[in-house]
Amino acid sequence: MALIELIDISKSFDGEKVLDEFNLSIEENEFITLLGPSGCGKTTTLRILGGFETPDTGKVMFDGQDITALAPNKRHINTVFQRYALFPNMNIAENIAFGLKVSGKSKEYINAKIKYALDLVNLKGYEKRKVDSLSGGQQQRIAIARAIVNEPKVLLLDEPLGALDLKLRQEMQYELIRLKNELGITFLYVTHDQEEALTMSDKVVVMNRGYIQQMGTPEEIYNEPENAFVADFIGDSNIIDGVMLEDRVVKLCGCVFPCIDEGFGKNKPVDVVIRPEDVIIGSPGSGIMDGVVTSNVFIGVHYEMCIEAGGFEWLAQNTVSYPVGSRVSISVTPENIQIMNKPQSEDEEALALDD
Amino acid sequence: MTKKIFSGPFLIFILCGTLVPLGVIAFYGFTDRSGAFTLDNITAISTSEHWQALMLALGLALISTVICLVIAFPLGLILKDSKLSKKGFMVFIFILPMWMNFLLRTMAWQVLLERNGIINQGLGFFGIPALNIINTPAAVVLGMVYDYLPFMVLPIYNALIKIDKNVIEAAYDLGASHAQVLGKVIIPLTVPGIVSGVTMVFVPSLTTFAVSNMLGGGKVNLIGNIIEQEFTASSNWNLGAGLSLVMMIFIVISMAFIEKFDRNGEGSVI
Repeated sequence: MALIELIDISKSFDGEKVLDEFNLSIEENEFITLLGPSGCGKTTTLRILGGFETPDTGKVMFDGQDITALAPNKRHINTVFQRYALFPNMNIAENIAFGLKVSGKSKEYINAKIKYALDLVNLKGYEKRKVDSLSGGQQQRIAIARAIVNEPKVLLLDEPLGALDLKLRQEMQYELIRLKNELGITFLYVTHDQEEALTMSDKVVVMNRGYIQQMGTPEEIYNEPENAFVADFIGDSNIIDGVMLEDRVVKLCGCVFPCIDEGFGKNKPVDVVIRPEDVIIGSPGSGIMDGVVTSNVFIGVHYEMCIEAGGFEWLAQNTVSYPVGSRVSISVTPENIQIMNKPQSEDEEALALDD
Repeated sequence: MTKKIFSGPFLIFILCGTLVPLGVIAFYGFTDRSGAFTLDNITAISTSEHWQALMLALGLALISTVICLVIAFPLGLILKDSKLSKKGFMVFIFILPMWMNFLLRTMAWQVLLERNGIINQGLGFFGIPALNIINTPAAVVLGMVYDYLPFMVLPIYNALIKIDKNVIEAAYDLGASHAQVLGKVIIPLTVPGIVSGVTMVFVPSLTTFAVSNMLGGGKVNLIGNIIEQEFTASSNWNLGAGLSLVMMIFIVISMAFIEKFDRNGEGSVI
């Protein structure tokens, strides 16, 4: 049985629907990430789980019990807030001890827990420090320590790394994975940063406008996006209108490409996703179609080039640089072509629009 | 150097408006009518009449400060949680009396509380026995609370709205009850506001003579009234100045006492 189940949750703010009959189940000991642009309903989902918002309709089940109406202080769930939210009137030890003190734990137990938690977040000996003497990264670690000493079954993390700089953020990502493995509790993580989501999660839930767009492992989300929104939001991609001529044959930009997808029917319009790193560039005439390089930017590991071919501007990444203006050929191996059904109705299309 | 020029007007104001008068007061306080040095004006506080007036002033100031605090804190909490548009209006309502002359407002209470004033007429209409608090310490406290309440409400309200909403949610999230959130998080974080509010109510209450004159009817003699009489009716500036200096010492002691509660020093005056 799932540890947490959100059943048909709807929530509006000032008449604007943020979540619409939202369903999600979360297993025990899972690192699950809600990923989406701002306003997609991911934070609202988290706040409903934490008890800070009440859904208009629907049920929140926790460990088989309905906790929809339960106050936040009665839930075995703890939250790590975006801007740390440490108590400025207390020192580090008092902050960490807060949850244990209000639940009436013994002094020895609390002291042992403080030591254990500071050790866990690599901040040994910080007990007597003041909150404002700590850096952002350290404060966030204390916020995590303060939450986990209460041994919650679920830890909710609301963009906890959002305020940190890139280097620190990457460090903290590995710390969080380590923590999760050491503690063996469920992490529900909210972010708009796709890289963060792909790095840390067991399961990623891509959300837009209050709906789940796709749910799956990071590999599934990246390699097999189910619709144009997911393909666009996760990484860079070429999203091209195509026609499925028959099984394993797709026509795009006037050329026929072999692919591995089946069951779409004959002459069916589809969306085709090709990742830039999957575009193979060769000498003219050696690929499926020819084109002209229109821009070339070095972005670190590789060159990012735009190639005008067949009336479409292809985004391609390659470690070999082709100068602007040179004629090149394009080909794609069949397994790197991802075929998606076109949205059936306007409604569905609206869901897929980015904000 | 050029920037320092702009602080000139303020420095002149401080010099002429504060330091020089203080020196003059000190001079009068430590001399007698002939100009010879004496401590009599200082030690005069120990006469029973002066000492009683000081104690009564301290007592009434303390009572009105506590009443203001008890009214202002819950009010601040309500204002903090109310919807945004209503919030501004409510704060406006509480500030509004400050825009009217302080003496006028106190005189209004005089009229209201009179033996045959509006309040007693109203009470009489419902058959309730008349309230005879005019010219008693109770009326003076009422006047002080009415006059100085906004000075308690504003700093407390400001301190309350400065508290990060996430911090309060974090406290609930960690399992704290309403009472625990109030006692361990909200009140400690409001201390700077409380200290400012207490200072701004306590000091004018302690030194007032206008409120006690109008609502005490000469029967409630505070140290402020004594000093005022020395300067006006008795024309004994030396004694008035001496008593003023003693009262300043009492204020400094009270402030030091209050400041001990304010660890961050945000709301303190000295």
